[in-house]
Amino acid sequence: MADQATFADEAMQYAPQLYSGALRMTRNRSDAEDLVQETYLKGYRSYHTFTDGTNLRAWLFRIMTNTYINSYRAKQRRPDETELGDFEDLYLYKNLGALQDASVGRSAEESLMELLPDDEVKQALEDLPDNFRLPVILADVEGFAYKEIAEMLDIPIGTVMSRLHRGRKAMQKALHDFALERGLVAAHPAAADSSFGQDN
Amino acid sequence: MSDDTSGKTAATSGERAISDCAQTLRELDIFLDGELSDHQREAIRHHLDGCMDCLGAFDFHAELKIVVAQKCNNDEMPPDLLGKIERCFGTDFDGDGAIG
Repeated sequence: MADQATFADEAMQYAPQLYSGALRMTRNRSDAEDLVQETYLKGYRSYHTFTDGTNLRAWLFRIMTNTYINSYRAKQRRPDETELGDFEDLYLYKNLGALQDASVGRSAEESLMELLPDDEVKQALEDLPDNFRLPVILADVEGFAYKEIAEMLDIPIGTVMSRLHRGRKAMQKALHDFALERGLVAAHPAAADSSFGQDN
Repeated sequence: MSDDTSGKTAATSGERAISDCAQTLRELDIFLDGELSDHQREAIRHHLDGCMDCLGAFDFHAELKIVVAQKCNNDEMPPDLLGKIERCFGTDFDGDGAIG
């Protein structure tokens, strides 16, 4: 049983991560601030139920995810929330192929870091419908395991995996669209090996 | 991996190699998420050693994962947020008449 007096010392270090996660969930600063504050107050109040030695960060994210789903999602839901196009596998990789070839002598990470501005990556993630956005935030931004995400969202692990897969593809499509708008990539890149990755 | 085309040749020269690519790419996400068993990881590493096509795809997505994690996790907190939260601890912040 955790001692409430130590809560601030133990838990406040995770505030920056919680705030980024909250921003990606709520998509605005004022709601994100409220969500983080509510998460900490709930955590403080129920800290006696936290088991010392288990993952405090995951525990806080679980509280925050539940709070978001129960209090914030309802007021933010947009009519098309559950709609998500289906895009081909390896979408960005296939469509940026020419660009990768052009960046001789640089690692993929360097060129992607430069090619994709922070705002566009955030936007591509925030534009995902909730069902897909939450698993992607928890896996790709916060680094939680499938099992932890399944528990936080109360869905089966298989559902976590399929939503991650579809959500990531949609995000890649959005990132490619942004790059197209900026004229960074050609509209019709040579599909040198368009069959790669297809199941036949 | 003796030259640039060796991977492609290996990947397209036989039915078995093609199905290896399809299977390997199906497991790309799970591999990069660190959720495969040691045995499955080893099978993928073995395939990637001989297949430049799949290796390129795996490298790209590994880097993309790093880019997304970094760029979506660098927001500056409002400077007064921590203080605001800590000031609530030890008070009756929810107005129920009790501390906490």
